[in-house]
Amino acid sequence: MNIDSISNGFVIDHIKAGSGMKLYELLGLGELDCSVAIIKNVASKKMGKKDIIKIDADISVDLDVIGYVDPDATVNVIKNGELVRKVVIGLPEKLTDVIKCKNPRCITSVEQEIHHIFKLTDKEKKIYRCIYCETKAN
Amino acid sequence: MRSLIDILDLSVEEIDKLIATANDIIANPDDYAEKCKRKKLATLFFEPSTRTRLSFEAAMIELGGSVIGFSAANNSSAAKGESVSDTAKTISCYADIIAMRHPKEGAPLVASRAASIPVINAGDGGHNHPTQTLADLLTIYREKCGFNNLTIGLCGDLKFGRTVHSLISAMSRYSGIKFVLISPEELKLPSYVKKDVLEKNDIQFEQTTDLEGAMPKLDILYMTRVQRERFFNEEDYLRLKDSYILEPNKLKNAKKDLCIMHPLPRVNEISVAIDDDPRACYFKQVLNGKYMRMALILMLLEEAAK
Repeated sequence: MNIDSISNGFVIDHIKAGSGMKLYELLGLGELDCSVAIIKNVASKKMGKKDIIKIDADISVDLDVIGYVDPDATVNVIKNGELVRKVVIGLPEKLTDVIKCKNPRCITSVEQEIHHIFKLTDKEKKIYRCIYCETKAN
Repeated sequence: MRSLIDILDLSVEEIDKLIATANDIIANPDDYAEKCKRKKLATLFFEPSTRTRLSFEAAMIELGGSVIGFSAANNSSAAKGESVSDTAKTISCYADIIAMRHPKEGAPLVASRAASIPVINAGDGGHNHPTQTLADLLTIYREKCGFNNLTIGLCGDLKFGRTVHSLISAMSRYSGIKFVLISPEELKLPSYVKKDVLEKNDIQFEQTTDLEGAMPKLDILYMTRVQRERFFNEEDYLRLKDSYILEPNKLKNAKKDLCIMHPLPRVNEISVAIDDDPRACYFKQVLNGKYMRMALILMLLEEAAK
């Protein structure tokens, strides 16, 4: 399967197989009018299978979203067809408006203007909790 | 701006300082009678409360300050749809400090981020109630002359009881603490409190359904009410509400210096026949709550003035 290489944009690589679509949705890539490719279940020596996303535009992407979905993913920044930077993300300490608190008793459930903020409370188990009600993110 | 949202916002040293101030207020009330002269406390109570609101108001009045506020959401602009942030910004123009109770979890944190004056969480749903914990801590300190080497029995609703969770978090910072968790199976302490607080801090604890069996080893017995408002199913509430009723005969194997506590209000979990027992400390707890709120108001206003 061939996907054209990009000249200016990003390649999000080493995404755990199956997480590509979640990342696509959380990054809002469906709203872009540039070329975006999701390649699922690509054979990988290191991972067995992986997903890859290619974005053919010089836009800013929220690295925290990528780190939340898959801290082991890498972002390759492409300029004029050349790889100029490779970023390893890791788990972000804080997530703002990436996920929503689902606790019906949380203040965020009734006040629409409040930012949904989650803090990383357990790095090993990758647990994020709402800063308002401490409910665990699903 | 320093606020108090969660009991863990206070360091052990700060709690020691608050206890020292509260003890000094008890010993020398006249010295504090004008400490908050011309200062205003706004009590923003979006849901009803007797004890906590009046305790805050009495605390401010005894410090020589004044009180403004409301005691139900339908008496405030919240009824018109005003946000918590806007209310907090508005009240910052009128008062020097806010005490807020709100049915939604996290509302006082939202207020503290918007306000330009200190905000004290006076209870946010089933989440936090740090000044109740301060009342509990002063009571334990005064009855037991300190916090170390105590066996604390927590009895009743350990699942939904916010005061229990906060007290466990606060007491887990002292040495030699053991907890005996006494509850029906359905109302056991949530596993995240066990894992994140007790096991993480290497605190000894045991779980049992047998109050009388646990009684002889306890230095403190903290009773709680099974709260009707936390149940989605009335049948479950009716089945569990009378799980533990403390009556005089159940104290026959208790220590002579046991300290019996309850955050109040009680329904029937402590018989009124216990009230005259010298080991009953729950009304002392109410009084201690006022002194700790006085100490807290003083501390936050002093920090705000810096």
